[in-house]
Parts: sequence; structure tokens; C-alpha cells
Amino acid sequence: MQMPAWWNTVREFKRPWWWKWVVWIAILAPGLLTIAGFLSDVLRDTRWLGSNPVKEGEQILGQLTIKYLVATLAVTPLRRLLGWNWLARDRRTFGLTAFFYALTHFLWYVLLDIQLDGAELVVDLTKRTYIIVGFAALLVMVPLALTSTRKSIIRLKKKWTVLHQWTYLVPILGVIHWWMSVKADIEEPIVFSLTFAVLLGWRLWYARRETSQHAATPSATSAAP
Amino acid sequence: MLIKQAPEYRWSQITPKDVYLNRRRFFTTAAGGLLLAATDARAAKIDNVQKGALSTTGEKLTSQGDATSYNNYYEFGTSKADPARNAHRLKTANWKVSVEGACAKPKTYDLDSLMKLAPQEERVYRHRCVEAWSMVIPWRGIMLADVLKRAEPAPGAKFVEFTTLYDPTRMPGQRSDVLRWPYREGLRLDEAMHPLTMLATGVYGRDLPNQNGAPLRLVTPWKYGFKGIKSIVRIRLTDRQPETAWNDSAPNEYGFYCNVNPTVDHPRWSQAKERRIGEFLRRPTLMFNGYADQVASLYTGMDLRKNY
Repeated sequence: MQMPAWWNTVREFKRPWWWKWVVWIAILAPGLLTIAGFLSDVLRDTRWLGSNPVKEGEQILGQLTIKYLVATLAVTPLRRLLGWNWLARDRRTFGLTAFFYALTHFLWYVLLDIQLDGAELVVDLTKRTYIIVGFAALLVMVPLALTSTRKSIIRLKKKWTVLHQWTYLVPILGVIHWWMSVKADIEEPIVFSLTFAVLLGWRLWYARRETSQHAATPSATSAAP
Repeated sequence: MLIKQAPEYRWSQITPKDVYLNRRRFFTTAAGGLLLAATDARAAKIDNVQKGALSTTGEKLTSQGDATSYNNYYEFGTSKADPARNAHRLKTANWKVSVEGACAKPKTYDLDSLMKLAPQEERVYRHRCVEAWSMVIPWRGIMLADVLKRAEPAPGAKFVEFTTLYDPTRMPGQRSDVLRWPYREGLRLDEAMHPLTMLATGVYGRDLPNQNGAPLRLVTPWKYGFKGIKSIVRIRLTDRQPETAWNDSAPNEYGFYCNVNPTVDHPRWSQAKERRIGEFLRRPTLMFNGYADQVASLYTGMDLRKNY
């Protein structure tokens, strides 16, 4: 199929020099602004996070986790679709960002929301399904974050790829956690569930296409651009 | 951006109350003499309201800015900030409320005649949301009992059902089916006749802002906040326990009674503590929200774990 000329321009777009600054600001600013707003609200009686800054901040951090999971899972489809292979190195950055927001979300809940009430924590972590599911998502992310270094990739070889397929479980647990935590306003959980369905569905579709193409015409794929 | 726009200053800090009231007077003047007379009559009454004997003492009032900007009112959207943003679409002029059902004297009232049934009082009440946050609010209104007595409930009347306005053009949230509209609530007749139960038309010394349930809402301070149905158009006496909106939506989470009870947890969170809006540290939640002396006898012999 003949692609228009601008498509080539898009595909040839290279990583610009300022890209890493965009990434740094994108991953740090939302969290830092949330914390700054929270501190201002509690210490100076402002309302940057509204009337209930503890709850609002907690929700913002949870939603940031979900958003950075979207970014993490969007890297590979974008590479294939746009040919932007230079995005590859941002995948780990986004994944780690999601992990740190998830960790902050959890610590926020323990320290600021339930305020170190041990009995409540135990009940929450053993009886309340949405908290168990959310905590499970965080636990799954721990080994992934710990093995995110270049060293680990080299050391674990094939095992690394298998281990990091657990990544796909995290957003599923994440949206279930979110969905179960809301009263009736499920609009946003739906939107993000659909987003993850597309991102994970694309992988299934792509994997199947790859295998079927390999099976049918093994030489044709290597000749493709 | 990911952070919601939160104003640094509250409305109450920006607009002094007299300016606000003058602005209102200006609009009503433009709207016509009849309306002006009606609004002025009600505005004037604000100053004559007596402090109710059942008003809660020893609590610091929640700031008016918080109470009018942090609301659950799904008819105007599901986020806390939505009602203050969207509720201006509700025009409450010429509001009618019918008192009907199992009674000898059903009647449809306009607001002024309803509020003349009994002396209006200002009452400070604790307000505990089922989501484990709380406020302290100065309401203005009359006792529901005074309205119901006037209707002369039939001997078979055991419950009272309340219904909110249904009008998706004025209440855009009703276009989405987060709940089955219109919002409905209910009380047992003895709860409805209890002296703490109020029909409120005002808050913080002025008429209710739309986001707080204008022009007429229910206030039952010993129950979770969602029991306080807003923008009421119908009050119906009935022999059967009415269906209520949240019980209909999630029966395992919201029962009929909805009494504040620190020992009965919501399935998804503990109710033992609450966060008072404007405070950082949580405080323990009181049985019946601190009104146990007045209301506990209504539930003698009942298993409150089952009747949540």
C-alpha cells in the first residue's frame, strides 16, 4: 500500500535532544506538584487538592500509576507502528515511574490515610478485596523493578523476558482495584480498562500475526521493510 | 494537567456576604416585582431565625467554602467538585413539594407556605458521610414532624418516602445511569417524626446553595449523609418500607437505616474513624454520630449489624 509522504516524515522522526527533559518533567512534575499541593493544604490551609487533600492526593497518585502503566505498555506498539525504536529506552523509565507512584500511593494510604492504624491495615489487607488486589499489583511490581537494570537483563537472559511478562498482570490488577474502590462513578475505570484492553490485545494480535507469517512464508518476513 | 484546579481562595473570602446578597437583590429586581417581594421576604426571615435548642454545641463549624464546594450530589456529577460547578443549572423558583400518600390531609406546598408551618430554627449538626469524612454544618429549617402532623398520617402509615426532582435538563447527572433516578430516600415514621429530623432550606445563615440541595433537603444527623436527600419534590407516607437509591444500587453496602455506627464497617472500609474536613488527624466516629442519647431508643432490640 502506498503511504502518503508525511507518513515517512513521521516515521523518520528521531529522538530530539530535548526529549529526555520532556520525560523527566513528565514523570516528576505530577508527583511533586501533588506533594507540594498537599503540604500547602495541610500546613497553610490552602485548597490546591480541594477540601480533602489526603483522599485527593491518594487518588491522584493511584491514577498516576495507571497512567504510567499506559505509557509503559504503549512504548512497544508505538515502536512497531511509527518505527520509533528510540522510544525503547523510555520503557524502563515509564515502568519504574509507575512502580514509584504505586509505592507512594501505598505509603500515602498507610501514613496519611489510615495514619498507621495497624489493626485497620491488617483488616484491609486480609478482608477488603480491592485493597488485596491493589497490594498484589504492587507486590508483582517489586521483582520487576528490582530486575530492571541492564545488569539483570544480561544476567537473567531468557528468564528476564519470561519474568517481565508479569508486567501484563499489573494493569489488570490495577484497574480491578480502581473499579472496586469507587462507589458508582465507574466512567474512568472503564476508559482505562478499554485502553489496557487495546494495548494488551494489540500484543496478542501482533504475536499471532508474527507466528502465522513465520509459519506460512518464512522468507517473506525477513524481506519485509 | 493532572492536578485539578483548586482555587486558593474560597468564595467566602472573595465575596463578602452583603455584596453577595446585594447581587442577588439586583438580579431579582431585574426579574420583576413579584419575585423580588418573595425573595426579600425569605431573605429577611434569615435574620429572625432562632437558634434551636437541639443545636449541637462545642463543635467548630466547617468553613462555608468547604461545605459548599465538597459535595456528593450525583445529579450534578460524580466528583466532589462537580455539584458546585454544575448546580447553577437548577432553577428553583416556584418550587412545589407535595405531602401525600397515607394521610388524611395531603397537600402541595410552595416553599414559603411550607416554611410557615413552624418557626424556623438554626441548628448546628455534625454531618458524617458514609465515605468516612465529616463536617459541622449550621442548617436552617423546620422539623419534619411539624409538616407530617399537618398531613395527619393514617393509622397504617409506617414509613415516609422522599423523592428528588427528576429533570435531566436541569440535573445533567441524571443523563448517566450511575444511580436509578430519581433519587429516593426513606425513613421509618418514628424516625421522620423525631425532633432531630429537619427539613432544611438554609445553611450558614442564607438560603441553601444549589449544590447543598436547594431549595429543600432532609437532614438526619445521626445517619450517614447520603440519607439527607436533596431538592425534594415529594414526601409520601406509606405502609411499606420505601426503596432507597443507594440500597437499590448496592444492597450489600447500603441498607435502609444507614445509621452512623463505628462498630459496623462498610464492606470496603472501616467506619471506626473519620476525617473532619479541615483537620489532618482522624478522629473516632461516635455512635449515632454523637446523637445516641436522643435516638438510640428508636432501635432498641434491633440488630444494627443486620439493619445497617
